[in-house]
Amino acid sequence: MTDTLARWTGVTRRYGDVLALDHVSLDVPAGQVVGLLGPNGAGKSTLINLLLGLRRPDAGSVELFGGDPRVPTNRMLLGCTTQETALPPTLKVREVLDFVAGHHPDPVPTAQLLDELGLTDQAGRQTGGLSGGQRRRLSVALALVGRPRLLVLDEPTTGLDVDARHLLWQKVRDFHADGGTVVVTSHYLEEIEALAQRVVVVAAGRLLVDDTLDAVRARVQQRRVSIRARALPDLAHVIRAEAGGDGRWSLFTADSDALVRELVRADVDFHDLEVAPASLEEAFLALTAESRTAGPPATTRTETHA
Amino acid sequence: MSLVALHTRYIALETLRVPIAIVGTVMFPVLSFLFFVVPFDDISSDPVAATAAASQLSLFAVFSVCLFQFGVGVSDDRSTPWDPYVRTLPVGAGPRITARLLNGVLFALLGLLPLLVVAALLTQARVTPVQAVLGLVALGVAGVPLLFMGVAVGYSLPVKAAVPVAQVLLFPLAFGGGLFIPPEGFPAWLDTVSQGLPTRAGRDLVIAATTGADLPASALPVLSAWAVACAAVAVWAYRRDEGRRFR
Repeated sequence: MTDTLARWTGVTRRYGDVLALDHVSLDVPAGQVVGLLGPNGAGKSTLINLLLGLRRPDAGSVELFGGDPRVPTNRMLLGCTTQETALPPTLKVREVLDFVAGHHPDPVPTAQLLDELGLTDQAGRQTGGLSGGQRRRLSVALALVGRPRLLVLDEPTTGLDVDARHLLWQKVRDFHADGGTVVVTSHYLEEIEALAQRVVVVAAGRLLVDDTLDAVRARVQQRRVSIRARALPDLAHVIRAEAGGDGRWSLFTADSDALVRELVRADVDFHDLEVAPASLEEAFLALTAESRTAGPPATTRTETHA
Repeated sequence: MSLVALHTRYIALETLRVPIAIVGTVMFPVLSFLFFVVPFDDISSDPVAATAAASQLSLFAVFSVCLFQFGVGVSDDRSTPWDPYVRTLPVGAGPRITARLLNGVLFALLGLLPLLVVAALLTQARVTPVQAVLGLVALGVAGVPLLFMGVAVGYSLPVKAAVPVAQVLLFPLAFGGGLFIPPEGFPAWLDTVSQGLPTRAGRDLVIAATTGADLPASALPVLSAWAVACAAVAVWAYRRDEGRRFR
């Protein structure tokens, strides 16, 4: 039996005039690792805050373990890290961990968790004196101490060095291997690749894509082919075209080789060819444009001259 | 039970880790007593007047703990990312507000201690053991609406607003309630207004307990009404609170 641990149904949330989420629906069944990928300000954190019971939706409903996330007992099997590394600076590492453990009926023994996350030597230090990586490891320890079924990680490794990031990723994989369910947000594709099998792309308050990692990777790993040309024909391999100054065009494509061949075959008089990987932000823009015009992506904003 | 104990312990621990933060609240009542009561012979050598003066400043100590530690303190906590994190734990408003309340009692006692020592050593203020116990109980009862007032301020306002609001509430309510100057010297209209204040009702309750003075019939109803009203605002503000951050 698969049960749904987290569910957003037709959720809308505004902050004043800003529409942070626009009729979003999403289900997270037990056992999945779902990555929420999107640029800053896309609405990822709002989705998470609604699930954690920190905010209420303006419309629609949010369920956590089948109940209202704002009811404390429904949060018993939830472990989370919030985006800013939240720790009371004057308390010691062991004290903070004991405090959170005290909310759960059968917590992981403090000493074991400190050891697993390499914090044993820091147990007696005030959290205000920890390094960024140590603080983040402690937040993950706090998320795990109650033996949760669902782990919610909001930008878990932003600003961490490579070693610390890999350690945290390994903890999340171990958690999943033991049957845990994870929702993780990031604006790094690399992080989502390392953890998730299912990827949900969020931009401008809507879910643009909900697919397997491979499918999403193919769509967001675009290249930018930059040329100078007076005029461009309709090009099948262009997802989005951007006109710069002095006749320069940026053409976003999933297959730069095919696009260059197409340019040559069409006998386009182009100069100064450059090919570079598109940034994830640029890929999101392309996806957003794509989802607005339901038609074939190649014609989006491409101007044609005889 | 255990969640209340847990939160009580950790709030106390956090407050005590920054001792300077509580020094002002603890010292102000005893300093007021040293400057405004001890040097004046007609009060300090009269057992009833001196006991009453110590009693009303004791309530002031309780009041200032309520507004500053638990009004400004709560507001300050809410501005840090730790508070929203705690709100994701399986704990509701009840245990957290109760834990704040118990901390109010603890830190109010810390403020009372030096005041009572000075009153006993330097003035004729005297209480029997029974009056002392009754006085502490009365302070606890009188403190309930004031504590809820503090918590209500803390959960409904950001820090920058909580500090001036706490001050605006503290001094007029303390003065109007006769915590600095006994209300016997008030003009009639002020005395009437004063009877409706939680500070006045609390003061009368504490002085009745420590000196055996008559307790006005209005005192307990006034205290209860303020307690219920402030508790309602505190719970409403807690429920509506979504932290300070935008998203």
